[in-house]
Amino acid sequence: MEVDTAKIDSIIEKYNRDRSYMLAMFQDVQRLYRYLPKEAISYICKQLDIPFSKGYEMATFYKALSLKPRGRHTIHVCLGTACHLRGGPNILETFERELHIKTGETTEDGRFSIETVNCLGACALAPLVRVDEHDFGKTTQAVVKKIINEFTDGVKS
Amino acid sequence: MNISLEQLDSITARYTEKMAGYGKVVRICCGTGCVSSGALNVYEGLKKALIEKGLSDSVLVKQTGCHGLCERGPIVVLGEEEILYQSVGKRNIEDDISALLNTITDDTIVERMLYQGEDKTKRYISPKDIPFYAGQNRIVLSLNGIIDAEDIEEYISQGGYRALYKALLMEPEEIIDWIEKSGLRGRGGGGFPTGTKWRSCRAAHGDVKYVVANGDEGDPGAFMDRSLMEGNPHGVIEGMIIGGYAIGSNQGFIYVRDEYPLAVSRLLKAIEGAKEYGLLGKNIFDSGFDFDIKVFRGGGAFVCGESTALMSSIEGKSGEPRAKYIHTVEKGIWERPTNLNNVETWACVPHIINKGWEWFASIGTSHSKGTKVFSLVGKVKNTGLIEVPMGITLREIIYDLGGGIQGDKQFKAVQTGGPSGGCIPEAYLEMPVDFDSLTKLGSMMGSGGMIVMDERNCMVDVARYFLKFLVEESCGKCTPCREGVRRMYEIVDRICHGEGKKGDIQHLEELAHAVSLSSLCGLGQSAPNPVLSTIKYFRDEYTLHIEEKKCPAGVCKALIRFSILPDKCTGCMRCKAECPVQCIKGEKKEVHEIDSDRCIKCGTCYDVCRFDAVIIE
Amino acid sequence: MKEFKINGRKVQAEKGETVLEVARREGFDIPTLCYHEKLGSDGRCRLCIVEVQRGNRRRFVTSCLYPVENGIDVYTDSKDVILIRKTILELLLARCPSSDIVQHLASEYGVHDVRYTKDVDKGKCILCGQCIRTCESIVGVSALCMSGKGPAKKVTTPFDEPSEVCIGCGACAVVCPTGHIYIEDRGGYRTIWRKKFELARCPQCNRLHAPIEQLEFISKKTGVDIDELLICQNCK
Repeated sequence: MEVDTAKIDSIIEKYNRDRSYMLAMFQDVQRLYRYLPKEAISYICKQLDIPFSKGYEMATFYKALSLKPRGRHTIHVCLGTACHLRGGPNILETFERELHIKTGETTEDGRFSIETVNCLGACALAPLVRVDEHDFGKTTQAVVKKIINEFTDGVKS
Repeated sequence: MNISLEQLDSITARYTEKMAGYGKVVRICCGTGCVSSGALNVYEGLKKALIEKGLSDSVLVKQTGCHGLCERGPIVVLGEEEILYQSVGKRNIEDDISALLNTITDDTIVERMLYQGEDKTKRYISPKDIPFYAGQNRIVLSLNGIIDAEDIEEYISQGGYRALYKALLMEPEEIIDWIEKSGLRGRGGGGFPTGTKWRSCRAAHGDVKYVVANGDEGDPGAFMDRSLMEGNPHGVIEGMIIGGYAIGSNQGFIYVRDEYPLAVSRLLKAIEGAKEYGLLGKNIFDSGFDFDIKVFRGGGAFVCGESTALMSSIEGKSGEPRAKYIHTVEKGIWERPTNLNNVETWACVPHIINKGWEWFASIGTSHSKGTKVFSLVGKVKNTGLIEVPMGITLREIIYDLGGGIQGDKQFKAVQTGGPSGGCIPEAYLEMPVDFDSLTKLGSMMGSGGMIVMDERNCMVDVARYFLKFLVEESCGKCTPCREGVRRMYEIVDRICHGEGKKGDIQHLEELAHAVSLSSLCGLGQSAPNPVLSTIKYFRDEYTLHIEEKKCPAGVCKALIRFSILPDKCTGCMRCKAECPVQCIKGEKKEVHEIDSDRCIKCGTCYDVCRFDAVIIE
Repeated sequence: MKEFKINGRKVQAEKGETVLEVARREGFDIPTLCYHEKLGSDGRCRLCIVEVQRGNRRRFVTSCLYPVENGIDVYTDSKDVILIRKTILELLLARCPSSDIVQHLASEYGVHDVRYTKDVDKGKCILCGQCIRTCESIVGVSALCMSGKGPAKKVTTPFDEPSEVCIGCGACAVVCPTGHIYIEDRGGYRTIWRKKFELARCPQCNRLHAPIEQLEFISKKTGVDIDELLICQNCK
């Protein structure tokens, strides 16, 4: 995959080429491509004079970073304690069943990816689902179908 | 520009005058909970309605930080009389907005939006009267729900940055004395005396020192720090500047979880504002003291809440912890003396400086001073955020503030301290909540997550949940945590699947003991707590799983079966319609039946049945 | 000069020394797997844990990292220390059942049965990290790294692909305590970490002795002419 080095350069400059912000740079790149392309890791490492292996190590350590392309919408099902107790695992299963994919996978049409997250900090509204930047509290199995429809029909882009 | 006390006061005067110009102030809670419940729609809707009515100049609508009662969100508080409306816009947003308009224009109180007590007989108007709020002592949360977090002038007008002014006139040692005498202990979980830590860091050799706010609130079920960072970021920043001055550091870092995007943007905005007003930067208040703060975003790794892993992450590496035989106050970030405190600890500091250490030390118990913010979640009626004096009992928190257990089910346990903590059974509900008592019970204060469990929660499953969490979140550096915790998980998972063996409990206890003694960092050392505490207080439940292959709470899917009682089923079709795998047979007004071969045991039928006809065996 | 006790016996040490260094010098047996004299300590395997008593405080520390202090009491074979070692060895044996050194240490501590399902996908790697440290600080190329975290953590090259910077020197394989790293010299080529290197032939004795990439790397670093480096150690 070819990456836009001009865009990546501007991300690197935004953090004053400071190596301690490599994670933040990766996160910004991921926002561009919805994942972190190998070429981008390699490019950033070269620019910062850091071994590629260190960049790869970081990219695989942090759960927020994905080395695989993600769908247009990422469904984060919260499995924090409160969500676990109030049926989060069932919500996750329902998403998997409805979309015919497992956690960590992307639907064939590239529309959805499912991921889990260990607490989004809105425990009072458990079980919680976050799709892109929209939060859905007190999710039920019926709401799962509604969410999928809402994003499929382009109500939310 | 170098700001002066006079300028702070004139900002305050100007602001107070501006506020007096408004006939009414409406505060809409825009904490994460209320936003998920639709608070922004209420905000936009009300603003629009006010413009249409020509009231936009006389009524101020504000977005505030978390008000606490997330369960009943969106929360709207009106005027000085403090009328609290709950669940605004949940049923019908147009109706609720016109109701809000009525209250604004002619003070009519809309009964249906008032908070209703648990007995359903009484409705409360003012939050001061609602038991959930009445039992609290809000210090660090005092401005949450009051101010617009994105407006620095609001913080200043509520007395903000006066503690910093006062502190910069004090000697650094004197500040440390105050913090020490106040009895403030670390709010992140460990409870280490804050003053002692500051003193060691001040004494450490080195010209360059750092202070860090740990906002990597990773404990599932905890969102205190999130609410503080989102609701009152300047409170944290002011505390850090004071700490920097006392310790002799000119550089602060705030490390925030990746999952908290709003907290990141609020902090960045607050830092920008503080710089603009000269409260961060060079020569603050003409004192000669410089201070700057940088924000680091985490990458979704729980272990980065551990201080050395966090520091490693700030250095731009993956977050592996390191041994602390040489303390981080001597060698932390880039081997320089580093003082790390939790967000809530920093937020306590301005209050101690403003009101004096004696005041702070007068709250709480003999060894745990002040208040603690908890997130009260799980099977409790009033879920949300509370700030209570140390020493309050678990029963007071769960029953008085929390309103008891949802659906009036039987209380079973309360989990504190996140994955490092434990489950406390009913027998200890009278226990005062402070650092030492909770540790004595095999749990810990932790950062403040308090998760209430009822009879429908299986304690073996809870242990399995935390082990799974820890297996995923272990950094994998050291053998006992990487290998030991996953083996504990395998054993408990086996037990949940009905494949438990005699001797499993002893094996778990032995493995847990070795893992806790030999792991590198706090994550591994405390990883066995959820298992050990559930074995300690709920051993019978483990035995039932192992010997009789039964899950009394009806949670472990391999050990349960759902069926329908023919004499209770009315044939209402509800369970049939809701079943996600369509495995319920039966026509309308006929007794339904579950095909247990196809049943995935999700429990939906059990939850939706209004006649208690679905049972778990 | 620091003075303290190991298993009740008085010992002396220099400031800055670790408990492990002193204990070994004094003849106390402490097993280690991830420790290497030249590479230092990282506290990963935890096998060298000892019990340290300081006043009333009792704690378990990795002796490879713990700096000596006056007046401490170190115990290298207390009941809990032995339990820790046995536990770690059983866990490592379950992870790397085919590792000779782990088998050997385990049987030394009486660990014969493994109560867990043995792993089949971890090879002999105990994640001590010595290979990575060698590659980074001794060789100076940083071809290797850890990827992932938790039980899925492993030592690898970026994206599990042949590394651009690896010079095929094989230092990682030499330092590996368990023999996990696969290195093969055959038909004039060396294969290591999925990368194939052409071996240089000594112009004098005609022996294949080192990957050409390695010699080029040395030449670049030291300024020594490549032709000179092509001559093997025996013929120099």
